[in-house]
Amino acid sequence: MKAAPFEYIRPKTVAEASVALGRRGANTAAIAGGQSLLPMLNLRVALIDLLVDISRLDDLKTVTETPDSVWLGALTTHSAIEDGKTPDIFNGLMRRIAGQISYRAVRNHGTIGGSVALADPAADWPCLLVALEATLRIVGRNGVRVERVADFIHDSYATTLTTGDIILGFDIPAPKAPLRWGFAKVARKSGAFAQSIAIAVMQGKNGPVSATLGGAGPRPLPLTATSHQLTLIGSTEEQVRGAISTDLDTYFAGLDAYQKRLHMANILRAARDMQAQ
Amino acid sequence: MTAITVELNGVKINDDVEPRQTLADFVRDRCGLTATHLGCEHGACGACTIVVDGVATRSCLTLAAMSDGRSVMTLEGLRSDPVMELLRKHFHESHALQCGFCTPGMLIMARDILQRHARPDVHTIRHELSGQICRCTGYANIVKAIVAAGQEMPQQTVAVAETPAE
Repeated sequence: MKAAPFEYIRPKTVAEASVALGRRGANTAAIAGGQSLLPMLNLRVALIDLLVDISRLDDLKTVTETPDSVWLGALTTHSAIEDGKTPDIFNGLMRRIAGQISYRAVRNHGTIGGSVALADPAADWPCLLVALEATLRIVGRNGVRVERVADFIHDSYATTLTTGDIILGFDIPAPKAPLRWGFAKVARKSGAFAQSIAIAVMQGKNGPVSATLGGAGPRPLPLTATSHQLTLIGSTEEQVRGAISTDLDTYFAGLDAYQKRLHMANILRAARDMQAQ
Repeated sequence: MTAITVELNGVKINDDVEPRQTLADFVRDRCGLTATHLGCEHGACGACTIVVDGVATRSCLTLAAMSDGRSVMTLEGLRSDPVMELLRKHFHESHALQCGFCTPGMLIMARDILQRHARPDVHTIRHELSGQICRCTGYANIVKAIVAAGQEMPQQTVAVAETPAE
């Protein structure tokens, strides 16, 4: 349970960090909160030559709010969001999600950028950022690029990050009307990665609904049929169940009977919580 | 080796550490402070929880090198902390430990809970304590001790955390 030897540096600027991460012939990794990377290093499932500490780069810590969106720097911790230290234009949704991630001591250090960079299929922030159609800004060898989080994560633990890339932060569009939301999560143990994460959001009363499911496949995906059905006024539960079934078959092939029931129940719970707000 | 300066329990320490050395191993092996216990060494058990720059931290999931310039507080440094005195009394009275292995992490986390929640109830404590594992399964008395300590806390010292909407 001790990490294998590696070198450690703490660059002063994003540019220096990017260069260090691209060091030729070396297996490098960036560390921010380290709450996922250090277990992997301690268990030796990840082996590196050089650890680049980006946790003190001020450019990754900015948090700003405009009428159109909220910008969260990649180093924003889960506990900062949990404690309401970041703008809450999502009617408490982000605080609710943050407070359920792992444990407080982990939330004090774990960052939203680290969570998205790892792209664990059962992580909370990727699911939320897909649900809210957020984009992220990445600095790399060829300058800065902007991508949708939904495109950035293309498979389990697989993103478009390449040598020398560093996530700067996330741009989350403001809802056009006060957000109504439901968040449902099933984990065998509190704080553990989830078996199922369902998020349903509606922009204002009877606005368009977006339902997203995480933990069911390699990456979180929007449930298009379910979202459409929930947007229609007067949908019956039978119709919503039918739409969820269609989405599970379309986007998450290979689920067994238990998993289908689990996700069905979880999505319905998120939808009901959203409608009750 | 990486040169670090850490304020450990109020004392400034300069040292050279191997980059892979965790903060837990640093305080135990280099500094001889063995109140910090190591259970799982991958962040699952909570026994090694200490305080870094005022916030609860898994010392097995922090490198000593990353703690350069930080203020680190272990259980040894909280001997005369008023909240810790209260917790010690109630852990004693409620018999909130059996083998004692998880106790340092439990105490650090209990103090953290009492600093963020005024008079926390059983539900709050159980949720907040879910990252601390007691393999003797002595949770009932641990929770009881924290509830009792919370009742006795002078309330002006509590920075009340707003609980997010459930």
